[in-house]
Amino acid sequence: MDLFEYQARDLFAKHDVPVLAGEVIDTPEAAREVTERLGGRAVVKAQVKTGGRGKAGGVKLASDPDDAVEKARAILGMDIKGHTVHKVMLAQTADIAEEYYVSFLLDRTNRTFLAMASVEGGVDIEEVAATKPEALAKIPVDAIDGVGIEKAREIVAAANFPAEVAEQVAEALVKLWDVFIKEDALLVEVNPLVKTGEGRIIALDGKVSLDANAEFRQPDHAALEDKAAADPLEAAAKAKGLNYVKLDGEVGIIGNGAGLVMSTLDVVAYAGESRGGVKPANFLDIGGGASAEVMANGLEIILGDPAVKSVFVNVFGGITACDAVANGIVQALELLSSRGETVDKPLVVRLDGNNAELGRKILSDADHPLVEQVDTMDGAAARAAELAAK
Amino acid sequence: MAIFLTKESKVIVQGMTGSEGQKHTRRMLASGTNIVGGVNPRKAGTTVDFDGTEIPVFGGVKEAMEATGADVTVIFVPEKFTKAAVIEAIDAEIGLAVVITEGVAVHDTAAFWAYAGKKGNRTRIIGPNCPGLISPGQSNAGIIPADITKSGRIGLVSKSGTLTYQMMYELRDLGFSSCVGIGGDPIIGTTHIDALKAFQDDPDTDLIVMIGEIGGDAEERAADFIKANVTKPVVGYVAGFTAPEGKTMGHAGAIVSGSSGTAQAKKEALEAAGVKVGKTPSETARLARELLAA
Repeated sequence: MDLFEYQARDLFAKHDVPVLAGEVIDTPEAAREVTERLGGRAVVKAQVKTGGRGKAGGVKLASDPDDAVEKARAILGMDIKGHTVHKVMLAQTADIAEEYYVSFLLDRTNRTFLAMASVEGGVDIEEVAATKPEALAKIPVDAIDGVGIEKAREIVAAANFPAEVAEQVAEALVKLWDVFIKEDALLVEVNPLVKTGEGRIIALDGKVSLDANAEFRQPDHAALEDKAAADPLEAAAKAKGLNYVKLDGEVGIIGNGAGLVMSTLDVVAYAGESRGGVKPANFLDIGGGASAEVMANGLEIILGDPAVKSVFVNVFGGITACDAVANGIVQALELLSSRGETVDKPLVVRLDGNNAELGRKILSDADHPLVEQVDTMDGAAARAAELAAK
Repeated sequence: MAIFLTKESKVIVQGMTGSEGQKHTRRMLASGTNIVGGVNPRKAGTTVDFDGTEIPVFGGVKEAMEATGADVTVIFVPEKFTKAAVIEAIDAEIGLAVVITEGVAVHDTAAFWAYAGKKGNRTRIIGPNCPGLISPGQSNAGIIPADITKSGRIGLVSKSGTLTYQMMYELRDLGFSSCVGIGGDPIIGTTHIDALKAFQDDPDTDLIVMIGEIGGDAEERAADFIKANVTKPVVGYVAGFTAPEGKTMGHAGAIVSGSSGTAQAKKEALEAAGVKVGKTPSETARLARELLAA
């Protein structure tokens, strides 16, 4: 889960990383009072989960409380690379002397963590990495040893921070490591980390990404989720505990196991190439031990998607028994019609593996007019694409 | 032969007394796995009956190994306790730890992986969040259904559980030496490369099928490894061509970040290493058949 800048700032403050005072608002009028509290001047910053907001006009300096209201009005509602601005953060102004870059992240390739630091911050760091790789220090961090002050000094030295800020940056790094570890983060990035005119080190802008698998020990993280931005179908699926991603095609997909479902999307897209360009409408993994109820919930979400024209249920019964899946399909159709919902989209079903014959028989016996069975994955994908292209 | 797991393997189950652990211990026993014990400190000294087979419960991995000579552990404990369970297995220096548990926090996996390294990597770790591995006709450590196929001369390594089952099914008449589900988390113990190396060295494997998916660069690195070290034919499949950027597709590690981790890049890297890559699982199976017949 990627956080907004203001949420990252709050987590930094919680772990004593030096930050400037700031508050987040969602109406222009609220800017006046906040700016007064911040000392009469403020930087108004669009809160969007994408880069390049400065260039897009999403960051503006307000010289007084009235100006802050005007600036907030201009920025709220703005579209930045497809992201609508619903919130702005008002932050204290800073007298910036120098801009640096520091981050901690997961290094998948080396199966450990990585610290990155550069004295050339304030710009796109991927650009620095590509054009001046020697200016970006990359230091592996052992997951057990972590970052104490000695390790932090090693990072600072590797990036050639000026002597007068070295110790302050090292101390900030130790606190940022606290954020990384204690919040189960996959990324903690500060860009820029600034030196002010008075020589203080401050984290001016930050990006944090949290590990969703750590929710069991991070009860506060659920509140950080941006529920307003979530696709309504994705939100409904999440509420039912389903692993669902909305896509922009016409063939609804249900399958078991992440790999098989990803593969199903691809096979449908290939089949669609010669059938009017139809594409998969979603990713939905009902999981390893999916019950009839889970199948019913999944079908309900997919049939509720107005873009869906046909549905492909692709199950390989490993732990999941195909008879349970077949019963789930039959029950889901009954459940939906008992709720008075019109079910008028064709379902193509492919069952293989554990109890496949029993599952197929259950569907044949139910003889639902909208359910069609096809034996192979490729054949079923082609049929589902054909039905969606009609 | 087979890789990592043979009929000689003596298997214990950490978390055997839990519901998932019991269910799958029963399935593993039914498929012929030599299960010699379970681990649960609160139930040490008791036994669990699996359809007439009494399996003893030990207080710890080390104790279980001393009593039974176990050399493989399959871990079903809940995600909160997975790190401690794996560290216990590493401390006991068991040869193979298969971590089935899904939803393990990345910091926990990073910690037990780093710990394994500090202890000299005496324990091979497979997973977490994986279906385990099966050497058909010999032993089954994990949750892969044993009745899909038989023993044969194809080696399979895959990030995905159900695609493993699908591929075993497609090639069920030919059979497999071993099928290894390595899992799709951002950090995993055994990689494609580890399995490729073992299959290359296994006299009972003639062809290798490798299944990858979006996220990270494991497939690209496997391609480099194949080019330099693998002389046996390799057939590949990559899932996730239609996955949008920035969305996690089920597996925690299955995410395209910016332009990195795409299925297209992985396919191209594998093809550049001489690997035949199928467009669908069925086509991949067909390519494997053709190469085996050639």
